[in-house]
Amino acid sequence: MNNIGSYEDKYKTFDWKQAEDLLGYGKDGNFNIGYYCTDRICELGYGDKLGMIWEGFEGNIKKFTYNDLRIHSNTIARFLLDLGLRPRDRICIFMDRIPELYISFVGILKMGGIAQPLFSAFGEESLFTRLDDAKTSAILTTKKHVGKVRKIRQQLPDLTKVIIVDAGDAIPEKDEFHFSLEKAPIVDKFEIFNVDRETPSVLHYTSGTTGKPKGALHVHSSVIAQYITARWVLDIQPDDIFWCNADPGWVTGTSYGIIGPCVNGVTQVVLDAGFGAPKWYSFIQRHKVTNWYSAPTAIRLLMKEGLDLVRKYDLSCLRHLCSVGEPLNAEAVIWSEKAFGKPFLDTYWQTETGAIMISNYPGMKIKPGSMGKPFPGICATVIHPKTYEPIHTPGTVGLIALKPGWPSMMRMYWNNKATYDNKFKNGWYISGDRSSIDSDGYFWFVGRDDDVINTGGHLVGPFEIESALLEHRAVAESAAIGKPDPVNMEVVKAFVALRPGFSPSDDLELEIVNFIRKKLSPLAMPQEIEFVDSLPKTRSGKIMRRLLHAREWGEEVGDISTLEND
Amino acid sequence: MAEDVKKLIIDYVKREYLEEDSPQQITESTKLISSGIVDSFSMVSLKMFLEKKFQIKIPDEKATPEAFDSVNNIINLLNEYVKK
Repeated sequence: MNNIGSYEDKYKTFDWKQAEDLLGYGKDGNFNIGYYCTDRICELGYGDKLGMIWEGFEGNIKKFTYNDLRIHSNTIARFLLDLGLRPRDRICIFMDRIPELYISFVGILKMGGIAQPLFSAFGEESLFTRLDDAKTSAILTTKKHVGKVRKIRQQLPDLTKVIIVDAGDAIPEKDEFHFSLEKAPIVDKFEIFNVDRETPSVLHYTSGTTGKPKGALHVHSSVIAQYITARWVLDIQPDDIFWCNADPGWVTGTSYGIIGPCVNGVTQVVLDAGFGAPKWYSFIQRHKVTNWYSAPTAIRLLMKEGLDLVRKYDLSCLRHLCSVGEPLNAEAVIWSEKAFGKPFLDTYWQTETGAIMISNYPGMKIKPGSMGKPFPGICATVIHPKTYEPIHTPGTVGLIALKPGWPSMMRMYWNNKATYDNKFKNGWYISGDRSSIDSDGYFWFVGRDDDVINTGGHLVGPFEIESALLEHRAVAESAAIGKPDPVNMEVVKAFVALRPGFSPSDDLELEIVNFIRKKLSPLAMPQEIEFVDSLPKTRSGKIMRRLLHAREWGEEVGDISTLEND
Repeated sequence: MAEDVKKLIIDYVKREYLEEDSPQQITESTKLISSGIVDSFSMVSLKMFLEKKFQIKIPDEKATPEAFDSVNNIINLLNEYVKK
């Protein structure tokens, strides 16, 4: 029996107040997400229930009950306050998926800070851009990653607290602090900061076509949406073992890697050991994972390893599978039915939406390749790209648009009101994605409406990559697009015109590729560089990425009347 | 395969995937991917290095985390594709 029951009935009768009442949000004056993640679960009598089972690279395992998580998050909240940090301070978490990451996230919320998790593979420039924009006050990191922070610290005058969580007995460097979960004085009673529904909670950065990455700011009442979507889409039930393999540097890893499972009081497992099909299957088998929230890139990598490998493991524990980040191709849905006895259900949402918006649901007919239907309480449609009016003809492609007002909708782009305001047209939130809706109401993803590259489920902005390329000594002009990839859907391809004195070569290509990988991230790293004499530009000098993209994908190039003649 | 090839790969890994002051030692048997020294995204750049350096093409199905998990494993893979 699944939680949602009949999707059609729920869609007709649901409103967000029902989710609020089911969670008990705001009852007794508690609005802080941190309270709902740990303290409420303990008050309900589940303090001794396992909240997190963590496994590392060496196969070492750590277990935390909900009471452990409550106390540890209190401890770190107290530590941060004692350091002089205050509510609304942006506090970055920059580490691999160790327990301190998850616990710090909850701790920051409890002391009223704004949690700013960042992907630990980010290079210095990606890190600097996001910390500078947010005027981040503190960063929690590890010995492995603090080097990157040290290199940029002088340029970040607001970053007054650099905290290392695994320094052991080492003496802190000047102007740095050490924190140890094992050694810090236990804080059993902590006065959780009194927030209201609209108090900022989490800041997640996301890339766009132009300009720097944008900080989507969420508020504490977003938990209402994360709670009910985890319950109804991910079908989290009390005795489940839940695994979300997303990194908390991205919104999936916080909305459904921390908040969703915790507020539903389920046991979740965390694997901090990279990707490897045998390793993942062994993990599922040993921990008896029942619900698995994964991503199309990972699923396609598993497909590559084949069905014979799956058969070597007993994965009969798996009950419910979901996917996020990019469209789940029909082949992957069909394969997962063969491999695991059930399909991965595609779910669609964004950093800006904070929670699942359009999805497939347990018990609902699946059309492999379809995004599914709007979540109850979400009014979604496709609109005309010029008039912004809803399109009523089934099968016609338009911009995916959502009626604003769901609890987890971002409240702003940090420091960027103009870009935020531009996301709303004619009373609709414009997602930036295109799809059609069939006659049964199922959405079918077509592509982005802009030049943002979706690689392995992560959005990467071409402007960021191009700007970084221009910082390389050999590069005179650059353009970055996505090129097709069977596993990642797209990977970055860069077109580079060289400065005088430099010639194309394998060594130079590798040098530039690694330059971007270290400066930005492995995701932003071009997997191919094509050296060109010049880039196609409009007469006003704007690089026509659209042309490069069309040629790469074998599509119509469209109107080239504005193309500058050579 | 010659010792100089092992050294070439070890030096590349140290240069590209470790911080300058990292105390991490890399030998031919050090776990690279399964220890997190080279994350699964960065494995792509390691594959590119090998393909360009040795003028080979490693099929995607052979470019697994296991095949890249140590210098010894990488050399076993290279032996399949590099002409003697």
